[in-house]
Amino acid sequence: MLGGGFFLAGRASGEVKRRLGETGLARELARRVVIATYEAEMNICIHAISGDVCVSVEGKGATVVATDRGPGIADVEQALVPGFSTASEKARELGFGAGMGLTNMQRCADSFKIESEVGCGTTVQMEFRPRPTDSEEKPG
Amino acid sequence: MRLAEVVEALEAEVLVGRELLERQAPAAGASDVVSDLLFFGRPGMVLLTGLTRASMIRAAELADVAAVVIVRGKRPEDEAVELARELGMPLLVSPHSLYDCCGRLYVRGLPGPIPACRRAESEEDS
Repeated sequence: MLGGGFFLAGRASGEVKRRLGETGLARELARRVVIATYEAEMNICIHAISGDVCVSVEGKGATVVATDRGPGIADVEQALVPGFSTASEKARELGFGAGMGLTNMQRCADSFKIESEVGCGTTVQMEFRPRPTDSEEKPG
Repeated sequence: MRLAEVVEALEAEVLVGRELLERQAPAAGASDVVSDLLFFGRPGMVLLTGLTRASMIRAAELADVAAVVIVRGKRPEDEAVELARELGMPLLVSPHSLYDCCGRLYVRGLPGPIPACRRAESEEDS
């Protein structure tokens, strides 16, 4: 996907949501994957030049890897602070830039890893496993 | 609460989804920030928002929102209406303020969403 633009923002995550509905993954787990994927997609759109998000389903769980080519993050610890954002004014007009993207990803995922190199890009790896609080209900 | 009752309570105009007004919503919430919707939102809820952009429609669909209500009589941008049609997302406009819309639904018994943070905190405590 291409960064810096919002026209198609969210479409990839919409496709992920549709396809996850065909896999038989538990609904609440699928929802967490979709939200995390969407936040990763939006980070690419808002901050990066281009990127890829790969979602794979393994048994009852899933893995999401988001890799982008872009400015990278100089201070990852700071970026993980809820509310911290470097989003543009344009992004904020559209309702983004609350600084909660990485926080949402961490909440949704059962394991979360982020690596970044300034001038190169950022990679986020997340794993999703069934939780005791997930509903047993499967997508209809 | 049926969406038809939401329309009545908020004195809303239905821009998209007139055929979907029998849909039931277990809760409602309000946000102008996409990430807050994803953090606090509950599947099936009605979303009250002052944001008129397509970005909120997209996020609402991903969060399994039942209907989007734009408040204060604001007109959504054309892309928002088109996207709502494409996604089958009911889109309403209410003349009332965000606060009044919240109140009008709350007094009729529609609860707010259970925040994910509260769920997560209770998991950590237990």
